[in-house]
Amino acid sequence: MAIEKILKDDASEEKGERARMASFVGAIAITDLVKTTLGPKGMDKILQSTGRGHEVTVTNDGATILKSLHIDNPAAKVLIDISKVQDDEVGDGTTSVVVLAGELLREAEKLVAAKIHPVTIISVYNNVCLFYRLRMASECARNALLQRVVDNKENAGYAFILYYLPNVLGFDKEHFAQLAVDAVMRLKGSTNLEAIQIIKKPGGSLKDSFLDEGFILDKKIGLGQPKRIENAKILVANTAMDTDKVKIYGARVRVDSMSKVAEIEGAEKEKMREKVKKIMAHGINCFVNRQLIYNFPEELFADASILAIEHADFDGIERLALVTGGEIASTFDNPESVKLGHCKLIEEIMIGEDKLIHFSGVEMGQACTVVLRGASHHVLDEAERSLHDALCVLSQTVNDTRVLLGGGWPEMVMAKEVDELARKTPGKKSHAIEAFSRALVAIPTIIADNAGLDSADLVAQLRAEHHKEGCNAGIDVISGSVGDMAELGIAESFKVKQAVLLSAIEAAEMILRVDEIITCAPRKREDRM
Amino acid sequence: MALAFDEYGRPFIILKEQDQKTRLRGIDAQKANISAGKAVARILRTSLGPKGMDKILQSPDGNVTITNDGATILEQMDVDNQIAKLMVELSRSQDYEIGDGTTGVVVMAGALLEQAERLLERGIHPIRIAEGYEMASRIAVEHLEHISQKFDFGASNIEPLVQTCMTTLSSKIVNRCKRHLAEISVKAVLSVADLERKDVNLDMIKVEGKVGGKLEDTELIYGITVDKDMSHPQMPKQIEDAKIAILTCPFEPPKPKTKHKVDIDTVEKFQTLRLQEQKYFDDMVQKCKDVGATLVICQWGFDDEANHLLMHRNLPAVRWVGGVELELIAIATGGRIVPRFQELTPEKLGRAGLVREKSFGTTKDKMLYIEHCANSRAVTIFIRGGNKMMIEETKRSIHDALCVARNLIRNNSIVYGGGSAEISCSIAVEAAADKYPGVEQYAVRAFADALDSVPMALAENSGLQPIETLSAVKSQQIKENNPHYGIDCNDVGTNDMREQDVFETLIGKQQQILLATQVVKMILKIDDVISPSDY
Repeated sequence: MAIEKILKDDASEEKGERARMASFVGAIAITDLVKTTLGPKGMDKILQSTGRGHEVTVTNDGATILKSLHIDNPAAKVLIDISKVQDDEVGDGTTSVVVLAGELLREAEKLVAAKIHPVTIISVYNNVCLFYRLRMASECARNALLQRVVDNKENAGYAFILYYLPNVLGFDKEHFAQLAVDAVMRLKGSTNLEAIQIIKKPGGSLKDSFLDEGFILDKKIGLGQPKRIENAKILVANTAMDTDKVKIYGARVRVDSMSKVAEIEGAEKEKMREKVKKIMAHGINCFVNRQLIYNFPEELFADASILAIEHADFDGIERLALVTGGEIASTFDNPESVKLGHCKLIEEIMIGEDKLIHFSGVEMGQACTVVLRGASHHVLDEAERSLHDALCVLSQTVNDTRVLLGGGWPEMVMAKEVDELARKTPGKKSHAIEAFSRALVAIPTIIADNAGLDSADLVAQLRAEHHKEGCNAGIDVISGSVGDMAELGIAESFKVKQAVLLSAIEAAEMILRVDEIITCAPRKREDRM
Repeated sequence: MALAFDEYGRPFIILKEQDQKTRLRGIDAQKANISAGKAVARILRTSLGPKGMDKILQSPDGNVTITNDGATILEQMDVDNQIAKLMVELSRSQDYEIGDGTTGVVVMAGALLEQAERLLERGIHPIRIAEGYEMASRIAVEHLEHISQKFDFGASNIEPLVQTCMTTLSSKIVNRCKRHLAEISVKAVLSVADLERKDVNLDMIKVEGKVGGKLEDTELIYGITVDKDMSHPQMPKQIEDAKIAILTCPFEPPKPKTKHKVDIDTVEKFQTLRLQEQKYFDDMVQKCKDVGATLVICQWGFDDEANHLLMHRNLPAVRWVGGVELELIAIATGGRIVPRFQELTPEKLGRAGLVREKSFGTTKDKMLYIEHCANSRAVTIFIRGGNKMMIEETKRSIHDALCVARNLIRNNSIVYGGGSAEISCSIAVEAAADKYPGVEQYAVRAFADALDSVPMALAENSGLQPIETLSAVKSQQIKENNPHYGIDCNDVGTNDMREQDVFETLIGKQQQILLATQVVKMILKIDDVISPSDY
C-alpha cells in the first residue's frame, strides 16, 4: 500500500539526520557570512536592496547585515533573530553572538556524527556555560582593580571604545571615542539614548564631526523673525496652528451669502489671533511647534519679534522639552502654570551649506547633539551605526561597570579552564566539553585571520601564555602579535559578553534539539497584475 | 459501484459526479486510515519525554516556530488528510481539557491503531476490536485510580506541586531552569486559586514575554504589566498609592451615534461652539480630577489638547490599552470600567500600591507595571529569553505547567511518571484479558501491548535499548508488586519514580487513555471514504 499523504501538496517534511543537517548547514552558512566582519580588522559587506533604486549599504555591523538578508532556512532565521535581540538589548556584539552560536553548532555537528546524542551535548553546553559565567564573574572581580587603573587614566569607557570602533572610523577612532564618552557622560547614568541626537551632514571629513553641548534642530527660522535671541524663553507646543478646526463631530459651515463667508472667515482669523495672543501672553520669545504654522500666525509672531519654528518632528520636540526643561503644551489658557524652557542663546548656524538652529546654554545638560560629517551617505550611515554601538556599550557599562579584557582574552582564559574540566570529566561528556572549548578558541582565531595574521601561530602562542597564572595576554591586532591587554587598555563590557554567551547557547540549544522540519506550503500570492 | 440498475435494466446514478470523486471501501479504507493516523503519531513520537527532540515548523508566511508541544506541532502542520485531522483534533481536545500530555495522547492513539491493524489482518471485525478496546480502557482507567496516590499541599507547602510542574517542564527546552519556572507557575496558580471551591481561573494569569535578557530573569509580578507608556513624555514615571480611573470613552469631543449636523451660519454660533469645545475638554479632565483619580487608563486615544490638560493638571494617563488588559486591570485593582465621564465616582476607582514605568534595552521599549493591587489575585508571568522563538516556546511550556498545577488543585491524585503508570496498566490489562471469552480477548491484549509503546518511545528517545529496558522494568514491577518503576530517562541511576520525584496528574493520564481510545474507535468504524479527487 502506498504511503498515505498527510500534509498538503506543497508542504514538505524533513526528518532525522536530514533535518539536522539542513539546520546545521543553514546556521554555519550564516556564520561564515558574517565571520569576516568580526574584530577590529573585519571587512565590510555591500548590501543592495531589492527595492526601488537598489539602495546600497556598506556596513560591517552584524545585525544590519543579517536584517537585510532574505533567508529561507529556519535555523538561519534563529541566528538572525538572536542577533537582532542582541542589538536591541545591549546594542553590540551582534556579530560575535552569531559566530559563537555557529561555532558551537559546527563542533556539535562533529559530535553528532560521532554518535553522541544531541541532548547530551546540550546538557553539557549548559553546564559549561554556567561554569563559564561563574568564572567570568570572578575574573571581573579581579579586574575591578584594573578597572580603577583605567578610570584614573582616562574617562571610564575610553579604553574600550578603541576596541569597539573598528569600522570605517578606523583612522579617527580616538576622536570618536572621546565623542561617545562625552555624550554618554552627559546622560548621567540613564540608558535613554534618545537624548543623544545624531545629525548627519554630508561634506567635510569624519574628523570634522563634533559633539555639541546644546541642541541643534534641523529647521529654518521663519522669515522676518529674529535670527539670534539671547536669554530665550521657549514654549514647546503641540497644537494646530493652521486653521484650528472645530473638533465637535458633524459640525460644518453652511452659509447663504458671500458676506457671511467673509464674517466667518473674520471670526476664524480672530480666533487664531486670540490663540497667538494667548501664546504670547506666556512672555516668550521663542515658540516651537510640532505641527505646521500657517503664514498668518507666523506673521503675527514675526510682528511681535518672536521666533517661531514649525514642524519639528516629535522626537525633536521631546528632546527639546527635555533639554530646555519646558513642558509640551497644547492649551494656552493659564500662562502662569505652564513651565517654559530656557536657554542662553538661540542662533542660526551653518553646517556645510545647511542652516540649522542651535540652542546653547540649555538648562538641563542631559541631551546633546552629535554632528557627523563625512564624505558620503554611506560613510555617514556606517559612522552612525558604529557610534550607536559605542553609545550602547558605554551606557550599559556606566550602569554595570564590570569589564573584561579584550582581544580574545576571556575566550582563551575560559578555554583553558574548560579544557581542564574536560580532563576531569569521565565519559563521553568530556568530548562535548572539549568541543565547547574549541568553539571558544575559534573566536580569537577568526579575529586573527581577519587581520591577516598567522592565526595558528598566534593562538598557539596565546595558549602558551595563558598557562601562566594571571596572564593578561590577548591578540594585539595593530602590531600583529600577542600583547598585554591591560597595558594596551583594550577592554570589553562584561554585560555584553555575558549576553553574547547566553544567547549563543540558547540558540545553539534550540537548533540542536530539532529533529524534524515541517515546512508549510508558502501562501499563494494573489496575482494582481 | 455507484451505478445501479432498476428492474428494467436501466442504469441510474446513486453517487453524483462519481468520476470526480475517489472512493475507498472496506478493509482498504480502514488500512488507509490507520496508516494516516500512524504517520501522524510517528512524527510526534520523537518529541516524547525529557529527551524528546523539537520540531521546526515553518508557517506559510515564513515564520519559524520551534517547539516540542504536541498540540502546537499538529496545529501548525498544514495537515490535509481527514484522519490526520482527527488526530490533530485529539491532541487539541487534550490541550483544552488538561493542557498537558498532548504528545502522549497521540502516541498512544498511534500505538492502538498499529495493534488494530494487526488484528484486522487476522480477520477480526473492526467493531469487535473497538469493543475490546473499550473494555480494556475501562480496566486501565480503573487501575490508574487504584495505583494513584493523594498528596497533600497547601499554601505553605508547595513543594509537591513544584515537583509535578518540573516533570512537565523537563521535556521542554526550558529544562535548564525548570526549577525556577516551576516555582513561578505554582506561585502564580496558588495566588489566583480558590482552594475552597478547588477552582482556578487561568484567565487571571497573564503570560507576557519580551525578548532580551536571559531565561533566568523570568519573574512573577503580583500585578499587571501593560505594554504601553504614559501618554505624555513628561508625566511622572512612578505613582504610589494610585487611584485609577478606568475609562472606555475617548478624551475627545462626543460623537453621538445618531446622525446629525451642526450648521454654522453665523459668527456667534461659531464662537459658542468653540467655547463649548474648550469647556468640554476641561470638564472631562476636571471630572477625573474631582473623583480623586491619580491615574487615568483609557481604551482610546486622546486629543492633543486633552493630553496637555491632563499633564497640566498633574494627572498621568495611559492610552490605547487593549480591552482584555483593561478588564484585568479592573479585576486586579478592584475598579470598575467606566464608559462615560458622567458616571465616574470615587467608588469606581481602582487602587494600586505602585505604578511604574520600566524601560528595557537600548531601544525605546517601555512597559507599565501595576503592582500591589487592591485585589492581588491577578498576576503576570513575565518571560525573558534570548530570542523570539525561545519566548514563544517558554510561553507554551509555562501554559502546560500552569494547567498541571491547576489540575492538581482540582484533584490532588497523582500517578507516577516515566512510563510507570502505562507499564502498570499494561500488566493489569494483560492479566484481565484472559478472563474475557471470545474475540475481544485479543483486542484487550492488543491494548496492553499498545500501552507499552509509551514507555518504549521514552526509552528510545533517551538512547536506551527500548525492548530490553521495558522488559526489565516490567518484570521488576511484577516481581516487587510495585507500580512505581519506570524508565530512567535522565540517567539518574534508579528507576523508582517515587525516588526521582517524577509524577503526573491522575486526570491527565486518564483523559489520555479515554481520548485515545475514543478516537481509535471512531477511526475503526469508518469503512468508506469518499473524497473529491484531485482536480
